[in-house]
Amino acid sequence: MDAENVMNLGLARTGRAAMQREESMVDKQATKTKKEKIPRQPMPEQPPEARARNFEEVPTGQSAEAAMLEAARCLQCKKSTCVDGCPVEVDIPGFILRIKEGDFTGAITRIWEKNALPAVCGRVCPQELQCEGSCILGKKGDPVAIGNLERFVADYERKHRNAALPKKAASTGKRVAVVGSGPSGLTVAGDLILKGHEVTIYEAFHKPGGVLVYGIPEFRLPKEIVFSEVDGLTGQGAKLKCNAVIGRAVTVDELFEEGYDAVFLGVGAGLPRFLNVPGENLIGIFSANEYLTRSNLMKAYEFPKYDTPIIRGKNVITLGAGNVAMDSARTALRLGADKSRIVYRRSRQEVPARAAEVHHAEEEGVEFHYLTAPTRFIGDEKGRVVAMEGLKMELGEPDDSGRRRPVPIEGSEFTIDCDLVIIAVGALANPLLTRATEGLALNRWGYIVTDEKTGKTTRPGVWAGGDIVTGSATVILAMGAGRKAADSIHEYLSWGW
Amino acid sequence: MFKIVKREEMAEGTVILNEIEAPLIARKAKPGQFVILKANETGERIPLTMAETDPEKGTITVIYMVVGKSTALFRDLPVGSGYQDVIGPLGRATHIEKLGKVICVGGGTGVAVLHPITRALKEAGNHVTCIIGARTKDLLILEKQMKAASHDLRVCTDDGSYGHHGFVTEVMEDILKQGDVRLVVAIGPVPMMKVASNITRKYGVKTMVSLNPIMIDGTGMCGGCRVTVGGKTRFACVDGPEFDGHEVNFDELMLRLQAYREDEKVCYDAYCTLHDA
Repeated sequence: MDAENVMNLGLARTGRAAMQREESMVDKQATKTKKEKIPRQPMPEQPPEARARNFEEVPTGQSAEAAMLEAARCLQCKKSTCVDGCPVEVDIPGFILRIKEGDFTGAITRIWEKNALPAVCGRVCPQELQCEGSCILGKKGDPVAIGNLERFVADYERKHRNAALPKKAASTGKRVAVVGSGPSGLTVAGDLILKGHEVTIYEAFHKPGGVLVYGIPEFRLPKEIVFSEVDGLTGQGAKLKCNAVIGRAVTVDELFEEGYDAVFLGVGAGLPRFLNVPGENLIGIFSANEYLTRSNLMKAYEFPKYDTPIIRGKNVITLGAGNVAMDSARTALRLGADKSRIVYRRSRQEVPARAAEVHHAEEEGVEFHYLTAPTRFIGDEKGRVVAMEGLKMELGEPDDSGRRRPVPIEGSEFTIDCDLVIIAVGALANPLLTRATEGLALNRWGYIVTDEKTGKTTRPGVWAGGDIVTGSATVILAMGAGRKAADSIHEYLSWGW
Repeated sequence: MFKIVKREEMAEGTVILNEIEAPLIARKAKPGQFVILKANETGERIPLTMAETDPEKGTITVIYMVVGKSTALFRDLPVGSGYQDVIGPLGRATHIEKLGKVICVGGGTGVAVLHPITRALKEAGNHVTCIIGARTKDLLILEKQMKAASHDLRVCTDDGSYGHHGFVTEVMEDILKQGDVRLVVAIGPVPMMKVASNITRKYGVKTMVSLNPIMIDGTGMCGGCRVTVGGKTRFACVDGPEFDGHEVNFDELMLRLQAYREDEKVCYDAYCTLHDA
């Protein structure tokens, strides 16, 4: 069965789809042979041995020719499963068609209609689970490289600045406070500013971007790109207030007193989880949050040009196997580690990180140790970590998460030397804001309870989205939550519901 | 920018006072809370507990000892210039209540942190004895202010150049022996807080200490400031900065404060060379 037929099977369920099928058969037939000949265009990358020692971006970006060739692979399905797979419903066939035609400015304009942060999403979205995972071409061969194409046009536009900014609706006179400038907050701000509302973004750190800036490393998402996307929002009239810890300097009540009509809370999960094993407070043991914030936000990798120091381990262990763990293990290599190991208590099948991140880490020389868990850290007389004791595990019965529970193997104790340990085993809900805000229902883990469709919290006029609602998730899911909340806030400001 | 409106040098220029325009923080800050300051684009985020706030003027005051590059950078900011970033108020405020007889013990720049707490305890109706100390007379700070903030001020110097010849903790123990003390607040260098807590434990007197570990965000996000209190890991930024001195693992805190000692020296030496040139 070829790709075309797979697509058409899906469409043939209704009479209308059957008609579309005939139309599409006609226009597809002519180009079919040509399309199948074009292989997925590879993304050029820095070679692993070089990039593992610098902080420059790993993929170096595609040429216009490669992007147009890649765009030509798209079947332009009428029923676009890729769009269904996108949490913010970008018109994917629409923007790809424009790339194919060489209209890069038209392509970015198309994306902007649904996504204010394409340069970010093109880089950090798990496309294999979303748009590309739903691409018909992927059923048989390689899906269209949608993420790479999105990245290409966003980068092209940042360089050339040809596109007219999206049009703003007439001012409504309504004011919205967005708390947190991570992916959900930026999406809310971007959507609402276009709808004519006055938006102020509050950020606790001294720079905007949230996890895009403190969490994701430069080699995966250059900060200049994030700041450029934020500049785009402020250029449209959004106000940005950094160093503003809502819940401390200003409370949510005071935001309403100041005259805001609606408040969106997108403050992130933000409290690092530790393992609670002996020796965890030795020097050289970091939460991934601290390690990555030092490196990314504070630019400790440029110490002493920047004043914030970081421990440059030679023999590094990262505990956990999510995207944050991959970022940590790869950062350690770039900070001069001879050995950078991922230690994970489950098996390879359960690794939560994106396949591409694991692949990049492996290429760069990160070692993976599965079914292994720490039991104790050992320090020297100066209180610095020098070794980790652990146990080998085997998989037992499934646990609450549906994954098989790792069970220690008796007599499998071992000790390995290390001089830096990064704990990347997830986050908990930071209570700083929620404790200081009346009327917000929280779930048993301290995350904010919201209506799934609208992002409304239990307090009138207050919405929430992103990790403070879902717990640690992805950038694009936070953006999807931001989109829903923005739509709901707009309705509320327009009609009062 | 957060403008510096007043600057004073104390203790022979080793300790600096900055009064900074930060109206939102000044409006909310309570005794015991801290701010994070960053001098410029490449600077470090440094937590400092506030020594004073003036909600009407919209200013906060910090007093710090120059110990490394970041504090040297702060020292070199003239009046009229300012900090690129000031974040706060952070941490929990001191729990102030009327208990009766209270001793406030301060060493070094800890005296600056102790000042608003002492005043609040006095205003709450406690009888406050204050003991402050320094290595030598010229390094003593805020003597006049502490005298006004308490009922009874005792001064100590390590070299005997002024007041009691010896440590603040010795004077504290003399008063503890007389009985009836309901609370000790001890703020200063970690070894001083440790010794003070060990002494008060013998007398069964509740003791509060204020910790200043290494910190990045100050909002609970990084866990860099974790301290062991009562056998459990706590974050000084959101659970503190004040803790029960009898529960704090001071030895661990002292080690953790040394984490970047060599890096700090590299940075400071480079800055001093540049500064001198």
